[in-house]
Amino acid sequence: MTTIPPKTPPQTSPQAPVEAPAGMATAPVAASRRWTRETLIALTAFALFALLPVLAAGLEDTFMVFFAIRVMVFAIAAVSLSLILGFGALVSFGHAAYLGLGAYSVAILAEHGYWDVTISLPVTLLVCGLFAAVTGAICLKTRGVYFIMITLAFGQMAYYTATSLSAYGGDDGLTMWGRTEILGSGMLSDRTTFYYVVLGVLIFCYVLARMIVASRFGRVLQGAKQSEMRLRAIGIDPYWYRLVAYVIAGMMAGLAGALLANAAEFVSPAYMTWHRSGELIVMVVLGGLGSLAGSIIGAASFLVLEELLSHVTEHWRLIFGPFLVLVVLFGKGGLMALIPGGRKND
Amino acid sequence: MTEPILQLDDLTKAYGALKVTDHVSIDVLPGEIHAVIGPNGAGKTTLIGQISGALRPDGGHVRFDGRDVTALPMHARARAGLARSFQITEILPAFTARENVALALQARAGHSFRFLRNVSRDRDLNERAGQCLAELGLAERADIPAGILSHGEKRALELAIAIACKPKLLLLDEPMAGTGREETDRLVEVLQAMKGRYAMLLVEHDMSAVFALADRISVLVYGQIVATGTPEEIRSSARVREAYLGEEAAA
Repeated sequence: MTTIPPKTPPQTSPQAPVEAPAGMATAPVAASRRWTRETLIALTAFALFALLPVLAAGLEDTFMVFFAIRVMVFAIAAVSLSLILGFGALVSFGHAAYLGLGAYSVAILAEHGYWDVTISLPVTLLVCGLFAAVTGAICLKTRGVYFIMITLAFGQMAYYTATSLSAYGGDDGLTMWGRTEILGSGMLSDRTTFYYVVLGVLIFCYVLARMIVASRFGRVLQGAKQSEMRLRAIGIDPYWYRLVAYVIAGMMAGLAGALLANAAEFVSPAYMTWHRSGELIVMVVLGGLGSLAGSIIGAASFLVLEELLSHVTEHWRLIFGPFLVLVVLFGKGGLMALIPGGRKND
Repeated sequence: MTEPILQLDDLTKAYGALKVTDHVSIDVLPGEIHAVIGPNGAGKTTLIGQISGALRPDGGHVRFDGRDVTALPMHARARAGLARSFQITEILPAFTARENVALALQARAGHSFRFLRNVSRDRDLNERAGQCLAELGLAERADIPAGILSHGEKRALELAIAIACKPKLLLLDEPMAGTGREETDRLVEVLQAMKGRYAMLLVEHDMSAVFALADRISVLVYGQIVATGTPEEIRSSARVREAYLGEEAAA
């Protein structure tokens, strides 16, 4: 009998087999512990947000509440991006477009006298969902750098469209003169009520994203990130799953946009510049890829640092830039990895 | 005569002037292990690609389970019951072995547009994944991330994923590639145990494995099938000896 040498050189096993008893015990435990930790960090963040208005009232600091609303809105957008970027490896460089689309949906409806959430919410979700479905169907035909560039192109398209909407302020933006009404009630005009509604939406989006990640759908999305070939070989075409994830992320970011418009009572094309899309990516990476709570932390840290540093010096970006580089270089896993209780290998 | 589960009908594929698949016609009967052997560069990988759907042939047809699947993409063929293992291990390294298999089971159960229920707590899925792993001797390793399994275990996991698809045909692309003697022997045993349950098309370099397992062997040389027959026929065929085994003996 003849043995023909294998075509490929025998691959030496990259890792020596892990001894069963030790490895067996740690792996599932590590996985579940990671999620427990994720939950704890998220709960802590939500609790801090919930207590903040009380603290602010004590300090008679109204800016703090405004600022925290902004943080929570961007946290929603970051969580939505995290869903496709962290769990699907889809680096969308046009995600701010959905912030803008959501904001403009609400503001333009208001301009025409439609103030109620029963109209503005479905319209916002529909507009963002449609834009995501159409552009995503095209973008997802590409991979890697091409995907980044084409999402950027669609983002810029949305941006320039907004600047050319002369009926709605064009470059100057559009003032809303009020906030979305809930079944005819103007309760959102109350700052504290609005604050807690935003927090509620953030918690809702976070929980929804967590459930999606842990579902059958989420497993396909994360599998496709690791090996597209493997998924095809077991009978799954990742394209449609990615597209649906892209649409969900777009709608969630649109929701953040709608809240942003209400927070400022003003919308402007500046919401959807490519610069803003880049910031959203930075928030997600800063917080830690593959962690939804991390995206909340990332958004908060980004905005707080930006705020603090811009008070110190007008050249704050000179400090901020290197800081980001350091976190990405050394804090593999982002800020989430720097919070005690996690292990490097998790 | 029983209807073959897989039938390659006059497949051709060329890269420029190089005919990599030159009028290949072979078939696999239900429950049969049909091995394809051939020296390096014979076109085995290209052939596998055309069967699995990764490559489109220039001419000819692939019939699987009574239908022409020549135009179907890989995932559609997988859904039709054609499961494959990869020559270079293609597993999901961040998932545990169980999750790797569970995903295959999930794919077989229908679409995965289910967003709300936690899949890691799906007991039925986990148990069935555990059974597939146990069949390959991986029961103890079910909850280890697949990326840190040993090479031999990864090869076994590939097979566990393939059988989780409850395939009508297993397309095995060098399942023994890179494994040591002991692991090879174990894999041969495992495949032996599966024999009869699944039809298999086995492309393998390890001749002792091929002769131990195959019901029929086809010899592929420069894109052409030079002989098809039982292991005895192949071993004693002068033509095969000249075209292939002889080359090895001379070396």
